Amino acid sequence: MKSLKHLADKPWEKKGIIGGLKPEGVFDTAAEKVALGFFLVVATVLFSLFTVSYFIRMELPDWRPLAEPAQLWLNTGLLVSSSVLFQLARNKVKRGEARNVFTLYLAGGVLAFLFIGGQLMVWGGLQEAGVYLTPNPAASFYYLLTGVHAVHLLGGLWVWSKTSIRLLSGCEPKDVRLSIELCTLYWHFLLVVWLVMFAILSNT
Amino acid sequence: MAYVPLADQEIELHHPHSWVTKYVWSQDHKVIAIQYGGTAIAVGLVALVLSLFMRMQLGFPETFDLIDPNSYYQSVTMHGMIMVIYLLTALFLGGFGNYLIPLMCGARDMVFPFMNMLSYWVYLVSVIILLASFFVSGGPTGAGWTLYPPQTSMAGTPGHDMGIVLMLVSLAVFIVAFTMGGLNYVVTVLQYRCRGLTMMRLPLSVWGIFVATVLGLFAFPALLVAAIMMLFDTLLGTSFFMPAVIESGAALDYDGGSPILFQHLFWFFGHPEVYIVALPAFGLVSDVLSTHARKNIFGYRMMVWAIIAIGLLSFVVWAHHMYVSGMHPYFGFFFATTTLIIAVPTALKVYNWVLTLWEGDIRMNAPMYFAIGFIFTFIHGGLTGLFLGNVVIDLPLSDTYFVVAHFHMVMGVSPILVLFAALYHWFPKMSGRMYHEGMAKLHFWCTFLGTYAIYLPMHYLGIHGVPRRYYALGTTEFMAPATQDANTAITIAALFVGASQLLFFINVFWSLRSGEKSGANPWGANSLEWQTPDTPPIHGNWGDELPTVYRWAYDYSVPGAHEDFIPQNTPESEEPTVDAEHFDPDHDVSKADL
Repeated sequence: MKSLKHLADKPWEKKGIIGGLKPEGVFDTAAEKVALGFFLVVATVLFSLFTVSYFIRMELPDWRPLAEPAQLWLNTGLLVSSSVLFQLARNKVKRGEARNVFTLYLAGGVLAFLFIGGQLMVWGGLQEAGVYLTPNPAASFYYLLTGVHAVHLLGGLWVWSKTSIRLLSGCEPKDVRLSIELCTLYWHFLLVVWLVMFAILSNT
Repeated sequence: MAYVPLADQEIELHHPHSWVTKYVWSQDHKVIAIQYGGTAIAVGLVALVLSLFMRMQLGFPETFDLIDPNSYYQSVTMHGMIMVIYLLTALFLGGFGNYLIPLMCGARDMVFPFMNMLSYWVYLVSVIILLASFFVSGGPTGAGWTLYPPQTSMAGTPGHDMGIVLMLVSLAVFIVAFTMGGLNYVVTVLQYRCRGLTMMRLPLSVWGIFVATVLGLFAFPALLVAAIMMLFDTLLGTSFFMPAVIESGAALDYDGGSPILFQHLFWFFGHPEVYIVALPAFGLVSDVLSTHARKNIFGYRMMVWAIIAIGLLSFVVWAHHMYVSGMHPYFGFFFATTTLIIAVPTALKVYNWVLTLWEGDIRMNAPMYFAIGFIFTFIHGGLTGLFLGNVVIDLPLSDTYFVVAHFHMVMGVSPILVLFAALYHWFPKMSGRMYHEGMAKLHFWCTFLGTYAIYLPMHYLGIHGVPRRYYALGTTEFMAPATQDANTAITIAALFVGASQLLFFINVFWSLRSGEKSGANPWGANSLEWQTPDTPPIHGNWGDELPTVYRWAYDYSVPGAHEDFIPQNTPESEEPTVDAEHFDPDHDVSKADL
């Protein structure tokens, strides 16, 4: 990496301007993307620590594995579709096309809302089946992990809604290209988090 | 409100038009820095008063009626948490980070000014939530600043109901605030440096704050995870951390939770937190030492690498806080080894500070007093860390005053001395006025000697076996009667140090009103913040054009130069020519190659 190479620079030896006519960032991309990249690493640390806690707690004798409801597969399908629609919207806007961008983007968000609705339905189903937050720690973790994931998704939907309002109010897709790109990246990240989480919850 | 994009930098500056948008809902990094700093110092004073209450109890037991055993533990807890998180972290990163990063990077503001403003206000909310716990039934939590379960939620612990809930909520809110601010600091340093300012031309202050922020971004999630899970345990009855436990003869509903899991999460945050405080201090003190010694910082590259190495290593030493919790000997061996390894880059930094002073043209200004004082206290606190890093030595010392003395020297007094060094050093830039030199030096001697009078005897108390966390020591056979005399002396010193901090506040308020005008660059410093067209810098920092950087920040006493400093934005063509009369080839301090 270029920036790592610079760590060996001897700044007391070089005088004069280093670089081009404009200020140079370490990453050749928008500041917002760099910020989102860092945020995703932070969120990865957060989810990893929850996962590590899950595995440590699982070793203790009071753990009784849960049978995850089949509806989670449907919910997973919704989130995958949501991510795919965001990607399609992003591809179009990146190519400079305006047609259908808003529809794809809007539908992606709606599917994410449906995913959250589906997760709430699973919660309701578990409650009806007598699986409450306590006393089984496996259930506690189930509610906790899916809840934290949904909160992250809601955060994304807040940004999505702001961009959607701008598109609704006549803004050209190219003007919100960065927002669409950032949302897409964030959605893919949350999809991967969910897939890993789903695999862990289903197999333990 | 008007948003004016600037041609030379793709950032939208929010130009305030009213008093409220200028000083309250401000998006100017300098105003936000002062808001952060003011709030942190204010809440820090609360923590200082709490510590004095504790000392009054320990120094003069059964004399005063200020606190009872419950409020003693509440004071211990709130003092620790406020000092570490709400004062030191907030002041170094929210305060100095905000003030210095854009100025030292030659930027107009942080990259996301609105989020920066939000960061401060969310931080303020976290402080208010924390302080609100003083006014709820049961008072604040008295679980100790480490908040170990299960005792956090047991009826015997003060504040086990609302106090702990408010503490955990406040921490979660603080982490949200920190993340918003932290993303700003990191991205500004990476992406918004001015032309010619490479990462390896950055002043060490920026490097320290930058790496500390990265540590914070990656370490605070551990505290957030711990806080969320403990909130679930406390409010919703889950058993993430709470084991099966009997309280007053009755079994509680908890079962099977792991208190050790909490400890791992807490210290996975807690140890990097030490460096979240220490690294900015390392950076700031490097710049103060170099400027007032009129000499380039010794081994700049090694200083940068050491900051990065310490940052990386700080994530693999956490369990040295848990030796007494019980662990596999190989586990202990691993953490003892990593702990001792982290001493290597840290010691390297200390040597480089001392070598920066070597043959320097030292100006004994007040910031330099504090900076040199820091080298003493940090060596002292660092060396006792080597003792405690070893499992076999830690076990007998862990629950004694030796630990209290160690971490107060290394993580309390040392960063505070740097804070004062930095506050005095940058005060002229922030206010446009000089502080009162005599009062500042008196403040230094009272603080430096006073804190030694507090913490040096504590080491002996610890070796003697005096346990920490006790409200009253009573009469115990193994403790000599002199133990109480030492405690009394420590309390008198603590009261003296506490009172002497008034000198700082008097100095600041007096100087803001009547201090001599400082001019733009009273120290003859090289880094960009001293080269602003206005002092204090106005909104946007740089007038019409951003600066261009031609050199590093440490061209002091360059041989043959007319002046003993060459600012970073001085082009080579304007560099003072070699003056043959003054050129001394034997005194070439610019050669800092390793």
